[in-house]
Amino acid sequence: MLEYKRDGWKAAICLAPSLLLMCIFTFWPIINSFIMAFLNNYYFALNRSDIYNSLMDVDKSFAYFMGGRFTGIGIQNFITLFRDKDFLIALKNTAFIVFVSVPVTVIIALLIAVALNSIKGLRGFFQTVFFLPYVTNTIALGLVFNSLFHVDYGLINKLFNMVGTSWINSGATWGRAMFVLFLYSVWDGLAFKIIVFLSGLQNIDKQYYQAAQIDATPRWRVFTRITVPLLSPMILYITITSFMGAFKVYSSVIGIFGTGRYGPVGNYKLLITIVGYVYDQFDVSGMPFGVGSAGSMVLFGIILLITLIQMQASKRWVHY
Amino acid sequence: MERKKEEFFEPPDAGVRTQHHNVEVRLENLTKEFTDKTGKVTVAVNDFNVTIPSGKLIGLLGPSGCGKSTTLYLISGLLKPTAGRIYFGDEDVTNMPPEKRGIGLVFQNYALYPHMTVRQNILFPLVNMKVPKQEALALAQEMAELVHIGDLMERKPNQLSGGQQQRVAIARALVKRPRVLLLDEPLSNLDARLRLQTREEIRRIQRETGITTIFVTHDQEEAMSISDEIVVMNEGIKQQMDRPQAVYEEPVNMFVAKFLGNPPINIFEADLIGGRLVLKDGEVVADGFTEPDQEVFIGFRPEYLRVSKNGKITAKTDLIEHIGRDTMILCEIEGYDHLIRAIVPNDMELKVGQTIKLDCVKLFVFNAETGERYR
Repeated sequence: MLEYKRDGWKAAICLAPSLLLMCIFTFWPIINSFIMAFLNNYYFALNRSDIYNSLMDVDKSFAYFMGGRFTGIGIQNFITLFRDKDFLIALKNTAFIVFVSVPVTVIIALLIAVALNSIKGLRGFFQTVFFLPYVTNTIALGLVFNSLFHVDYGLINKLFNMVGTSWINSGATWGRAMFVLFLYSVWDGLAFKIIVFLSGLQNIDKQYYQAAQIDATPRWRVFTRITVPLLSPMILYITITSFMGAFKVYSSVIGIFGTGRYGPVGNYKLLITIVGYVYDQFDVSGMPFGVGSAGSMVLFGIILLITLIQMQASKRWVHY
Repeated sequence: MERKKEEFFEPPDAGVRTQHHNVEVRLENLTKEFTDKTGKVTVAVNDFNVTIPSGKLIGLLGPSGCGKSTTLYLISGLLKPTAGRIYFGDEDVTNMPPEKRGIGLVFQNYALYPHMTVRQNILFPLVNMKVPKQEALALAQEMAELVHIGDLMERKPNQLSGGQQQRVAIARALVKRPRVLLLDEPLSNLDARLRLQTREEIRRIQRETGITTIFVTHDQEEAMSISDEIVVMNEGIKQQMDRPQAVYEEPVNMFVAKFLGNPPINIFEADLIGGRLVLKDGEVVADGFTEPDQEVFIGFRPEYLRVSKNGKITAKTDLIEHIGRDTMILCEIEGYDHLIRAIVPNDMELKVGQTIKLDCVKLFVFNAETGERYR
């Protein structure tokens, strides 16, 4: 043990570069945005007069922090945030993706993985097919969905003889647009989950299934009473990471609707998400950074809460 | 709750499956071939013919890779034979899926469902059979009592010792009242002390239930100690089937003679000359053979040797080991480069390097090529 202790400084040197980068690009921004969320009317404009003011402390009506000025500390940003209709829409859209599309994706992925695991021939082929979306770029995949559901020449409309029905083009309803986003999220999320479940399934001892077979266990019961419990650590892992990922949903919306839009022409905030909302705050000139930071704090809080609930629930349902 | 033992093994439902108990298991010309990816064919079980009498405990014994586990899995139905038939009583079960055969199988590593309690594990087969809940619970409890784990019902398998897990596995296999109980290397995962205890337990449970039981083992002591009869297998072929003591004392060939016995049997080359059995140092140890002159192998178990003044075999002691009740001596015989073992009573005054005369109470003579026994 002592020998290892003496090597502590070597480990520190090896870790230093990545730690330094993490400090710059991860830890400091987290701390910084946490602080900014609680600064009222924070205005970030690093120019000469601001630096001068901050050094000389001339204007007593402002306080200064990191090259920006603010009027006080409080929860004004959060009030602004929750009064903003766009943010409430973003919350609703994100919640739908998280609580509807993630569970559906996990269940479908599980069923496909079990099916894949039980076939013998062509398994490699199907594994490749289902893994393809994972190596495909999110935006490219979004473009595919975009053209699939195009109002005039989309394959779906042509196939089902519904040309003129707008899914993602001008005039689309929330339900239709969300349906496309939902399908897209499921398709995009399947690949990785299937691979993880497949590897999990292959680690389950075949003898459990033989024992079940000898006891004449019906297939469905084998799935619910043996496969799912034995796979539960994997299911928990996938569910937690997918929930986190889904809370941060952003690029898929952009992928479907195109640059800078969260909805069809004429209603470009139809499917805005929390991350999209936060991102927009930094884009709007003259808007304080504080609201964006507050938005990310809210997102952080929600993810933390949901994850804690999942961890608690897992104590009852997950068998290691 | 209180039931009589006789009632206990009545079938829980009137299904065909549980109507016959203690069936005889008959394997006819059973053959199993495995083909690997390169197309190479391995014959795991080769033209195997055995009739396992009903209600007996049978040990399937052989070295690893001899096809004994394959045979067990063929009986269970988890493997399909390449050729041959399997009968349970008069019923041909060769093409019957495992779940219809009415067997209980205890896996080598028990295969207890890790996420279920002992009770849930034992209940599992009953739920599949749609036994009413109260009856199922009572049955599970009774089974647990039978294998002496009645007080561990709420534990998970990982909170149990190897021996306890083994009992749960047996209870789970027995609770549905199978026609045949199959055990795959039931003791191999237990430590030495537990092994001794558990094998007696298996014997007891088998006696109490009276179920036809087949178990697979590579451990001769295990097979000898609890089986009614043992089947010795090698390279997929049945060598001998008989009561353990009979197999030990009258092996049909050199493989069986060598495989059984601890310390192992002494095997030597010798010559048959004019009906007389002659050792390499010229001593005649037996006569009256009718086989033509040839080189043969002779075998004698260590306990068959006696130190006596008129002994026919001259040997020089090389090593003397006191092994508790007895003494084991290793000695050299002129003309042979390997030592022979003899077990003699403790009160013998022997020194290393001493020349002694040994008498052989019983010896086996085997054909040098086929291993077939002449005498």
